Amino acid sequence: MDKIRFLEPRADIVARREEIRTGLANVVPADCLVTDERELVPFETDAFTAYRRVPLAVVLPETTEQVAAVMKYCTDNGVPVVPRGAGTSLAGGAIPQEDAVVIGVSRMSCILEVDYENRTARVQAGVTNLRISDEVSADGFFYAPDPSSQLACTIGGNIGMNSGGAHCLKYGVTTNNLLGVTMVLQDGTVIELGGKALDAEGYDLLGLVCGSEGQLGIVTEATVRLIAKPEGARPVLFGFDSSEVAGACVADIIGAGIIPVAIEFMDKPAIDICEAFAHAGYPMDVEALLIVEVEGSEDEMDAMLSRIIAIARKHNVKRVRESQSAIEAAQIWKGRKSAFGATGRVADYICMDGTVPLGQLSHVLRETANIVEKYGLRVANVFHAGDGNMHPLILYNVNDPEEAEKAEAAGAEILKLCVDAGGCLTGEHGVGIEKRDLMLHQFTETDLNQQMAVRAAFDPGWLLNPSKVFPLDLDMRKAG
Amino acid sequence: MADREIIAPASEAEAADIIREAAASGTTLEIAGGGTKRGIGQPFEADRTLSSAALSGITEYNPAELVLTARAGTPVAEIEAALGENGQMLAFEPGDWRGLTGMDGTPTVGALAAANISGPRRISAGAARDALLGVRFVNGRGEIVKNGGKVMKNVTGLDLVKLMAGSWGTLGFLTEVSFKVLPRTGTEETLVIHGATDGEAANLMAAALGTSTEVSGAAHLPEGVAKRVGLDGGAATLLRLEGFAESIAVRLDRLRAALPGAPGTSVLDEARSRSAWKRVRDVEPFAGTGRPLWKVSVAPMAGHDVAAMVLREVQGEAFFDWQGGLVWLQLDDGNDAAPAIVREAVAKCGGGHATLVRAPEAVRASVPVFQPQPVPVAALSERVRAALDPAGIFNPGRMVWNGGRKAA
Repeated sequence: MDKIRFLEPRADIVARREEIRTGLANVVPADCLVTDERELVPFETDAFTAYRRVPLAVVLPETTEQVAAVMKYCTDNGVPVVPRGAGTSLAGGAIPQEDAVVIGVSRMSCILEVDYENRTARVQAGVTNLRISDEVSADGFFYAPDPSSQLACTIGGNIGMNSGGAHCLKYGVTTNNLLGVTMVLQDGTVIELGGKALDAEGYDLLGLVCGSEGQLGIVTEATVRLIAKPEGARPVLFGFDSSEVAGACVADIIGAGIIPVAIEFMDKPAIDICEAFAHAGYPMDVEALLIVEVEGSEDEMDAMLSRIIAIARKHNVKRVRESQSAIEAAQIWKGRKSAFGATGRVADYICMDGTVPLGQLSHVLRETANIVEKYGLRVANVFHAGDGNMHPLILYNVNDPEEAEKAEAAGAEILKLCVDAGGCLTGEHGVGIEKRDLMLHQFTETDLNQQMAVRAAFDPGWLLNPSKVFPLDLDMRKAG
Repeated sequence: MADREIIAPASEAEAADIIREAAASGTTLEIAGGGTKRGIGQPFEADRTLSSAALSGITEYNPAELVLTARAGTPVAEIEAALGENGQMLAFEPGDWRGLTGMDGTPTVGALAAANISGPRRISAGAARDALLGVRFVNGRGEIVKNGGKVMKNVTGLDLVKLMAGSWGTLGFLTEVSFKVLPRTGTEETLVIHGATDGEAANLMAAALGTSTEVSGAAHLPEGVAKRVGLDGGAATLLRLEGFAESIAVRLDRLRAALPGAPGTSVLDEARSRSAWKRVRDVEPFAGTGRPLWKVSVAPMAGHDVAAMVLREVQGEAFFDWQGGLVWLQLDDGNDAAPAIVREAVAKCGGGHATLVRAPEAVRASVPVFQPQPVPVAALSERVRAALDPAGIFNPGRMVWNGGRKAA
């Protein structure tokens, strides 16, 4: 289903393959360099597996200095560079090209400093998201952004994509929890942005780098905020007769001035899939589920939940299940957290990632169903309703090229629908190559040219993660 | 800043026309909202003043979506009134700096974004830049650009929104801003610890923020400052709790228990708590004096060391917000604001940012007002600026020190 276009690899670079590999071997230790064709295969794609390109070489550095040396070499030799964390990007943000060197930060996996008094941790970019929380959990702290891939994904990748997760409704996404980075610019210069101070004067380059999808530099270390763990957390499960009513209930909870830490939504197909896999005890006689989680002391949670339950009752909630224990809480989350894996067992799927204003949830759900039906496909919806971040999973058969094409077309229509409803093309997965050519639906050419001019301030030679994020035609024009 | 004719376009398109012409003719523009923060930054000369004051009004606000969009010239007071009617707020608690700058006028929401002003709740709710979701602006080519969006989560393209926050009008003319808003926090009470030294207070605040009690403000006021905030009993360390009344009572007990060895404590009820935090937020203890005033942002545990180091060398006083990470440092006149001493103290204490927010124009012209940056970062910042305003027409020189040469 090669519908997304790729640039032709530059013949002059491919022709110099052996010379470039030798050149790289001169700047990093041999065990950091991967050039064996079989060993390059794992790097040919990320979690957007429909597209694959074997890179020219892969470097797995262990220090910032090594990253700098590789970047300088690549700049001097005009070789494109594709940064990579754990390769869990769902948007193809880390998919390489044949004329590019992949720089993977996975071996840079040290936690350098934990500072409880200032509530910060300094980590290397290859540290996994969950490991930070694991490291500080016994002392009563955690790192807030919690993407579903948090067991595997790296902080470097999280910064590249400005990752979020289920609990970001209260705590924000990566950019809201990042205080500083050490970063290697395209020419090999190492800079520090931010630090342990909360605010920095001067242009907020740190904010710009976060979510820039590896186009501005390679982050090698990060200083992140630690937050004191709440005393307790308790989810409650609600079952409704329709997705519309569940959507309206979400808007009412927020409108009533209650901000839970998470409000997750599943429609009937998602409930069926997850229950069959996780046996979480989800009610099977409802059309939509909400998982609402609150935090605090027992009293606070009781008070908040009683208000939330009262709102749900006004919306004729059919089932209410309060967790009475940690095991029950884990059970409620187990179904939700296994949603993507469970869906993968019943069908191939593509996962969309649009955001919409909360008031548009019901409308967008209804229209999504119409769009998918029009293409003769099925959809399961499971997403972060509290912040309007929708994830329609469009089910199809990967071995049927016609169906695959339909799934992509339906996905594109859904994302446009999100934008037309006042939302955005992507809430947490990023643009990558996946949504690159939809960018002109959300932005004007002037808007994108401005972004690209800023990109060029960092990478005038257009060597860093090229042909991502921006529509290929615009991108090529800018890159010359 | 010389008084001159102020142009206040009534529409975004009109602003774009004016800016396009200015870029073509090399006319420089001073960008202003209500003009209450004009005296911040390096002094500079511009040919004309372009104000967003006529671009006013809330354009979209649906409380259940937690997003408010307004034209840049909308008075902050109008925004806060609209939010108040719906039991909501700007969670980053922006200060009113008129007392600090001594300027009259109406603070606008665009200027709030451009200056990235955050108050005491910054430690728990994030900064203005964290709440800023989307912008529309006219760049230095006279093109209308939108970036970000009006939803909570958005990673579509480069985040120029963050770049605009804190850019002091040097990158573009903001025409519309969208902020994330939050429900008001219910009631509040503040635990006051009396008589702690600055160093003891730093430890107490760190301990408090390390508990699960969700402290939403942590400030330390040495004795003289505490008095001006209306608190007797020596130095005052303030720890604010917000939420349901019942829950505050429980958390207050827990907070006290987590601070063994704290000197005497008392509790400010809602009214007194609000009044004290408003004064901290608006830097009231140092308002209306005209003396050199530094805003120093460092690691929270370093704040008291920076202040001590500076105040050993020059006369002045300090107080601490953000758990000690924000130091307001007012120095006596006659020492040219002592920039070398302040910046050396910051560097010795782990680094950070010292900004001279108030000083006579001659002093501001003779020192770098903003924290000087390492060469590669400064060069990068200049390239970013040029990507937005290639002709250099917006607030030229406001953020970059020219080495003390007289402005051209």
